[in-house]
Amino acid sequence: MNNPRALAINIIFLLIPIVISLIFAALLVGAVGRDPLEVVDALWKGAFKDSRKLGGVVNFWIPLTLVSIGLVVTFRAGLWNIGVEGQMMMGAIFASWGAQFIPLGENLAPLLQLLLIAIAALGGMFWGFVVGVLKIRLGVNEIFGGVALNALVNVISIYLISGPWQPRIGGSAQGTEPFPKAALLPEFSNTFPVNIFMIALVFAAFAIVLLMLNGTRWGLNLKAVGVNMRSALLLGVAIERTSMSAFLACGALAGIAGSYRVLFTFDNLRPLASGGIGFLGLLVVLLLSIRLLWVPLITFAFAAILTGSTRLQIAPSLKLDSSLAGVLQGTLVLAVILFQGVHEVFFPNTLSEEDAES
Amino acid sequence: MEIELRRIEKHFGPVHANRDISVTFHEGRIVGILGENGAGKSTLMKILSGFQPADSGEILIDGRTIDYTGPTAAIANGIGMLQQDPLDVGAFTVLENFIYGGGDGITLQRKQAEAALRELTARFGFELDPYQPIDNLLIAERQQLEIIRLLALGVKTLILDEPTTGISAEQKLILFQALRRLAHDEGMIILLVSHKLEDVIDLCDEVMVLRAGLLIGDMQMPSADENLTSAVIADVKQALVTMMFGEELEAQSRGEIEMGSPVLEVEQLVVHDLRLDMQPISMTARAGEVIGLAGLGGSGQELFMRACARLQRVTGGALRFNGGNALSLSYRQLFHRGCIFGAAGRLEEGLIAGLTLTEHTALVADDNLRIDWKDMQKRTISRIDQYRVKGRATDQIEQLSGGNQQRVLMGLLPDNPKLLILEQPTRGLDVDSARWIWTQLLERCQQGTAIIFNSSDLEELVTYSDRIFVFYVGSVYEVPDANDTSIDELGFLIGGEFARA
Repeated sequence: MNNPRALAINIIFLLIPIVISLIFAALLVGAVGRDPLEVVDALWKGAFKDSRKLGGVVNFWIPLTLVSIGLVVTFRAGLWNIGVEGQMMMGAIFASWGAQFIPLGENLAPLLQLLLIAIAALGGMFWGFVVGVLKIRLGVNEIFGGVALNALVNVISIYLISGPWQPRIGGSAQGTEPFPKAALLPEFSNTFPVNIFMIALVFAAFAIVLLMLNGTRWGLNLKAVGVNMRSALLLGVAIERTSMSAFLACGALAGIAGSYRVLFTFDNLRPLASGGIGFLGLLVVLLLSIRLLWVPLITFAFAAILTGSTRLQIAPSLKLDSSLAGVLQGTLVLAVILFQGVHEVFFPNTLSEEDAES
Repeated sequence: MEIELRRIEKHFGPVHANRDISVTFHEGRIVGILGENGAGKSTLMKILSGFQPADSGEILIDGRTIDYTGPTAAIANGIGMLQQDPLDVGAFTVLENFIYGGGDGITLQRKQAEAALRELTARFGFELDPYQPIDNLLIAERQQLEIIRLLALGVKTLILDEPTTGISAEQKLILFQALRRLAHDEGMIILLVSHKLEDVIDLCDEVMVLRAGLLIGDMQMPSADENLTSAVIADVKQALVTMMFGEELEAQSRGEIEMGSPVLEVEQLVVHDLRLDMQPISMTARAGEVIGLAGLGGSGQELFMRACARLQRVTGGALRFNGGNALSLSYRQLFHRGCIFGAAGRLEEGLIAGLTLTEHTALVADDNLRIDWKDMQKRTISRIDQYRVKGRATDQIEQLSGGNQQRVLMGLLPDNPKLLILEQPTRGLDVDSARWIWTQLLERCQQGTAIIFNSSDLEELVTYSDRIFVFYVGSVYEVPDANDTSIDELGFLIGGEFARA
């Protein structure tokens, strides 16, 4: 930002939608006869009351941040990778296969877990590759292809759970048998149940993607293809390879996120194990467009609100449905997009480069 | 009707596009508006026709100040503008477009409208079938439609922006006849924005010249009754150029260049297209040669050029680049072997809006994964210097004017391309910028680059081409001796009159 006025206007336009969505949520809570402050208190306690709660937030934050980073990459290339949810799920399926059938015992557990994460990344990449081929070779819009592949991977998972991978006793569509202990990612401690390696992996992915987007030919090619594919082609950019690489990168990150769900959050493969986290990631990227720097913070806020909202039902004086958190997030995203439009129309000269592009 | 502009001012960011312009246009006159790229002609005309508001200043019609809010209001006040690319709706028929944007009421008065359309087309010697879809029309016909549409809306002042681009000699005659009749017989005001000085001298009663946003002066044109010898025309032209640029420009011509071995060999190539029946095409471009493609827009020359660059499907024949089969290569593979395609729409195909000049440099620089931004910045600054670009390395490309964008595009070309296939390389550029571009291009030819280009500017084709091919509804005709052909002859050829040439 080159002048204080522009900076001030940018900050104001960042705060307005947050304030508005909070007011809206407060009015909503008031309308059903509850005290908004009590809701805030419940949300806070639900997320941060003790280290176990915080662990819950982090466990949600890990896969959400991974898919959001991946989605920034596809977004940069001008692609709406709605298939991210399915890519997560395919990662979960690949990891589940490995967890059940790779014969590495307890003493080689770390190696096995690394291998499973890698396999999951391959699974996500595979599903991203299919979206990419449909888009690039056959001209199927990535949104349509993604939706179809999301549905398909769900069918596949249900088939596996109720067919070849069903538990020997009491088989149902609930889930596979728990994986062997060697395959499951270890908890840091009983009081802070998260996997430290995955947290490190998230930050590594964040740093690598940030550097790649801004400092490499790949990042510049993504940007060029995202803005104007025809021009990029004529300037000699390999546009097909570039688009495909975005799908593969996002798929890999989504696949890893999927593995975390089955190897840590749960201990087996369940239907819809991805839990809508991919779609939530789309919401995050919708909010931030290509501002990768903000992703870990916003995903943390989303994770905290969602995790905290489970307490809304338990708190005796509230008995509110936890979906209030979803309402709050939805309002926030809508308000941000709305005020971004207002910002562009009335103060076009104060936009930063990223705002102007999105 | 009399229009007076008083003290018009317009800024675009730091650019002062119109400075204190005051001018009066009188009834029954055809006025040419001249100036180099960025002189402020289009801005002034857009202000007059309501497409943009002025920062300050007044517009008076018959002494009465008017204040309008957009093109519709301008039309209501009798001022209409014909854009360079006519604003019509492709899928509509001629009649639907004629009705569209005019009249009130909910129901469409088809019968009445058709009668009015037929009456107006007959009056001006236009030939328009009311039931043809717009997509099937030539630029000239779309122009004719737009003119009579504006007339039917009661326009008394007609502004035309580069109306002779992309139309044949005969279509130009018809257009000029109609415009003369509207001004001299019916008392309308015609304002013509054009870079083509011959057209301006031929058609206009007077011209006004803008330079860097200022109104520099005006000049009466010799009337058609006088004996317009080519010497007189040349004198007037020189005087106009001096006014526009503040200096005299020397005539540019093509020096002798030795031809090398064939770079591109086209044999019976059949280009795929659903609308045009493309005939097999054969031609050879040798190193150092400039091949000009003439033809009305949409006659097949654009498709052919794209096919040569592997950007358009081919269904038969052979294409060899540097002796190897080019049909097995993609554009990108050809690109890396030195065959570069430059499209006419610079910001649509070629440059990338939103990217800075430095980012463009980096995009074509090399294949290293890591980008050394400092080095790229340095390279960009030296290119800006070398190509005399008005702009900074950190500017986004769309902030530059068209002429400067074209200079940037030239700067992005690899050093020694084997073949340049260029769509309208100087489209929309003023004489000075166009000459500069050609100086650069011819320098590359000296080093053995072959060039295939098309242009709607016949003078450009005649001046720079070693050989000229004329495209007419998908067929190709080679002009036997390009050095001997004249602009007039070419004008008839692109209209399909091969016998007359």
